[in-house]
Amino acid sequence: MQTIRHTLPDDLLMGYAAGVLPQPFDLVVATHVSLNDDARARLAGFEAVGGAVLDDMDGAKLAEDSLECTLARIAGMVPEPRPMPSRGIFPTPLQRVVGGDEDAVRWKSLGMGAKQALLCSDGEATARLLLIPAGQAMPAHSHRGMEMTLVLKGAFRDEDGIYARGDIEVADQQVDHTPVAEPGEDCICLIATDGRLKFNGLLPRIAQPFFGI
Amino acid sequence: MTAEQKTDVQWADRIAAIARTQDQTAFAEVFRHFAPRVKAFLMKSGADSALAEECMQDVMATLWNKAHLYDPSRAAVSTWIFTIARNRKIDLLRRYARPEPEDLPWGPEDVPDQADVLALQQETTKLAAAINALPEKQRQLIERAYFGDLTHSEIAAETGLPLGTIKSRIRLALDRLRHAMT
Repeated sequence: MQTIRHTLPDDLLMGYAAGVLPQPFDLVVATHVSLNDDARARLAGFEAVGGAVLDDMDGAKLAEDSLECTLARIAGMVPEPRPMPSRGIFPTPLQRVVGGDEDAVRWKSLGMGAKQALLCSDGEATARLLLIPAGQAMPAHSHRGMEMTLVLKGAFRDEDGIYARGDIEVADQQVDHTPVAEPGEDCICLIATDGRLKFNGLLPRIAQPFFGI
Repeated sequence: MTAEQKTDVQWADRIAAIARTQDQTAFAEVFRHFAPRVKAFLMKSGADSALAEECMQDVMATLWNKAHLYDPSRAAVSTWIFTIARNRKIDLLRRYARPEPEDLPWGPEDVPDQADVLALQQETTKLAAAINALPEKQRQLIERAYFGDLTHSEIAAETGLPLGTIKSRIRLALDRLRHAMT
């Protein structure tokens, strides 16, 4: 069987390299890159462009005592400890925001066993965790802006194929999709949206203002 | 050769000297070359002179603190300093701790392959030359993107730059690192 790897498009990686994405999108990109070495290598390429731009700049005039001040800052500093690989299912950037791994998430029920937890919001953009019970469908929805869905545990299937741990789906308002969690294991996703989702079904639409989906 | 004309490999040696022996002379050399550029980058990104100076000193102190984590097989020194400056810029100007990918440092016993280091530095030099060879308009667009002047939707990732080869090099280094970690 062919395995489809779903990763981030270049414009989002370059946006992350340049530092122009909203915070919730930064979180999803950093988490995806933690799980996907191909995205990590492509991101490093875009960061190399940033390094070349930096190196090519005409320098600004520094304060007279700039180097001395910096050396004074350094005095007494301890080198940053070597980072340890994260344990559990959440990579480090996500654990920092959640305050721990899966068991530290403060879930809110959405009914039918589905749960979500809001993580951060930056005006229009929001990041949240969503848990869909094994074999269940996420309510059909379309959205106004862009939506990034990164699988952390389990898998889901939609019109485009199967998404497993580390896979990311990037959808815009044109996509009208119905993700279904694969049987066997609950599916946990990290999702960033740049606006509130618009549901197509009647009941979920009524529920939308209450659940903040 | 003057301090202003060092190659990437020589800069990488200075960072290694800072990591190994807390070499202040090496740090001063790195500082003289990169600190004015980091400050200029921060000012282009919207910081006033005082904030840019403050933030730059913080970036250079972070460089000192993280020197032992720098991996020359995955990033040129200019690239590495750019990422530190960009992250501090977001922390300070946008007032949130920027989410960064989980780091993959070499263990104390393992070191990156010297051939990987050389190959990456060569690709980085080629990339810098390719940026300089771009038509002025396109080069300015790329600079503006990295100063934060463009929104995400204005960014065109099709830069025409030779990023495929640099990606392959870094991918190779990552594979070796993963192998060393297991």
